[in-house]
Amino acid sequence: MSTTPNGAPGGTPAGDLDPLAAADPQNWHLRESYTFDRNVIAEIRRAANTGIYRIRGWGAKRRLPTLDDLVFLGASMSRYPLEGYREACGTDVVIGEERAERPVHLRIPVTIAGMSFGSLSAQAKEALGRGASAAGTSTTTGDGGMTTEEREHSSVLVYQYLPSRYGMNPDDLRAADAIEVVVGQGAKPGGGGMLLGQKITERVAEMRTLPTGIDQRSACRHPDWTGPDDLEIKIGELREITDWQVPIYVKVGAARPYYDTALSVKAGADAVVVDGMQGGTAATQDVFIEHVGIPTIAAIPEAVRALRELGVHRREVKLIAAGGFRSGADVAKALALGADAASIGTAALIAIGDNDPAYEAEYRELGTSAGYWEDFQAGTDPAGITTQDPELSARLDPVLAGRRLANYLQVLTIETQILARANGKSHVLNLEPEDLAALTVEAAAMAKVPLAGTGWVPGAD
Amino acid sequence: MRGAVRSFDLAEVTRRSFNQALHDAADGASFEVINPRGAHAVACGITADIDVVVRGSVGYYCAGMHQQGRVRVEGNASTGLAENIMSGEVHITGNATMSAGATGCGGLLVVGGNSGARCGISMKGVDIVVGGNVGHMSAFMAQAGNLVVCGDAAADLGDSIYEAQLFVRGDVESLGADCVEKEVRPEHLDTLGRLLAAAGAAAGGADPGDFRRYGSARRLYNFTIDDVDAAEAAARAAGGDHR
Repeated sequence: MSTTPNGAPGGTPAGDLDPLAAADPQNWHLRESYTFDRNVIAEIRRAANTGIYRIRGWGAKRRLPTLDDLVFLGASMSRYPLEGYREACGTDVVIGEERAERPVHLRIPVTIAGMSFGSLSAQAKEALGRGASAAGTSTTTGDGGMTTEEREHSSVLVYQYLPSRYGMNPDDLRAADAIEVVVGQGAKPGGGGMLLGQKITERVAEMRTLPTGIDQRSACRHPDWTGPDDLEIKIGELREITDWQVPIYVKVGAARPYYDTALSVKAGADAVVVDGMQGGTAATQDVFIEHVGIPTIAAIPEAVRALRELGVHRREVKLIAAGGFRSGADVAKALALGADAASIGTAALIAIGDNDPAYEAEYRELGTSAGYWEDFQAGTDPAGITTQDPELSARLDPVLAGRRLANYLQVLTIETQILARANGKSHVLNLEPEDLAALTVEAAAMAKVPLAGTGWVPGAD
Repeated sequence: MRGAVRSFDLAEVTRRSFNQALHDAADGASFEVINPRGAHAVACGITADIDVVVRGSVGYYCAGMHQQGRVRVEGNASTGLAENIMSGEVHITGNATMSAGATGCGGLLVVGGNSGARCGISMKGVDIVVGGNVGHMSAFMAQAGNLVVCGDAAADLGDSIYEAQLFVRGDVESLGADCVEKEVRPEHLDTLGRLLAAAGAAAGGADPGDFRRYGSARRLYNFTIDDVDAAEAAARAAGGDHR
């Protein structure tokens, strides 16, 4: 596996890329450098021409160890499968029963991750709320505060409490069904948000108390607490202000998940959200997206280890894993590794219409193609999702887009159930590491499950 | 017309029961707290037009997210005093440690003594009057509102500031990135006069004419992009030498 400094797949011999060279492997005139491939050269030229680092949306694009490197073993002589579509296989998740007067009840183990109004259009936020509500799960605000559109259309809305505190309002805090204290996110652990001037419209600027049109860089540290001891006091304050009504989550980018999870538990979280490096963003530095944090497959087991050691796993404190989930297989594997729910962002945007081939001609005009569009920061999204342009935003029908998301969430859930039943589980949360095997030594070491066909877990005693 | 003062002894009752009483209170109610003994999150989340007097020093987040009414602390306060205050007033007679008035969106915070580091960090419309000095990185990323310092300001005042206005009577150790001194015009003297009067004794009779004003140079508002190719093409089109 190789990557370029800017994270794009690279280092590939020219023969793989260029049919001329492939036909003539001795053609030294088309011999591509493994170190300085065309992506690298293009990025160096772009940097030299502009003097600004590359900013983009989406998540990590380079090849990383993923949950694809795991397989389920399924039932066999010693494990009885359940009948598909007939025998019950529960999917509900409850968060915050221990401390909150109103715990969060989810019908499915998939949630919608935090994405801001500002980075997304109001129509997109509404669509996410509609889809999540129809599927019986939660959606989440983002940097910039809560909009009426998303509150009205989200049956369960998680309110993010971020370092910038843009749009932070105690009335909204009380109107939420849960609070998520954001320490970091997978796309940029240690980095703050970013919203470029073309998306700082009057409404966005007013919500954030910022001048219109500025290139806004959010704070990366909370302004009034530092470290886990302070966080414990902060969580206490949030509980007091909301009269202990709703659960409080802590979200961290996958950096040091064992310690971050343990410290979140110590600070009093009802749920810990661990976001792997495949997690997306609306805009940040490419170097951050591709080079900071660890993959989701490596993060979940470490977070679970902390929860188990503290005796709270699948009990008082729930684990929500995030970062690059695409299918029910991903969800099921995350649950088998010990997560209680999986959170999706990028996949949800795709479900509501991001990178829609119907807009191919416009993607071409923007120098890209449907399936490759990543310039969420630009505000020129042909699909009307990552934009504040009124004409583009109006293209997204929130009702139809919400139905698409609900359908997609249903598929994720049914696929998760299919795999759970195949492993003899009457509830998706009964999936366990014992149901898994790894296809690569790396995955076996990271996920802490045996390499397929062996009993070997690299690094285990 | 204010009703009888309800008194709570935090040595006897829990913070939870006290805060719940404040949250359940109707407009016009008055409360007194004794023996706060450094408790955190005292009198936070007030939504009604009530009066609260805290007799003693408090811990973190006293009067956090305050929305209406008046909280007076007769003592000192730790981190995050009146953080994210929306409206109403919070007065403290003593000193406040870090991040006083952080992210405050409105209302008035008065600190009679000194305020520590990051006073007014990310403030979004609150007015803050400090009778003494403020610590380093005060008004960091301050977006809106007024910070009035009757004493001195430590290093890096107003770093990465947006549209907040800073007024300092004493010395400023150094200004942070993109923060510059600005002219004091009549409207600023009016603002100062109003805020100093509202602060009362905490302002120590300071004269608006003694203050200097600081704010954003607005040089960090947009990325600087040096489009070399475009500049060269334009220069060639014009027949000139772009270098």
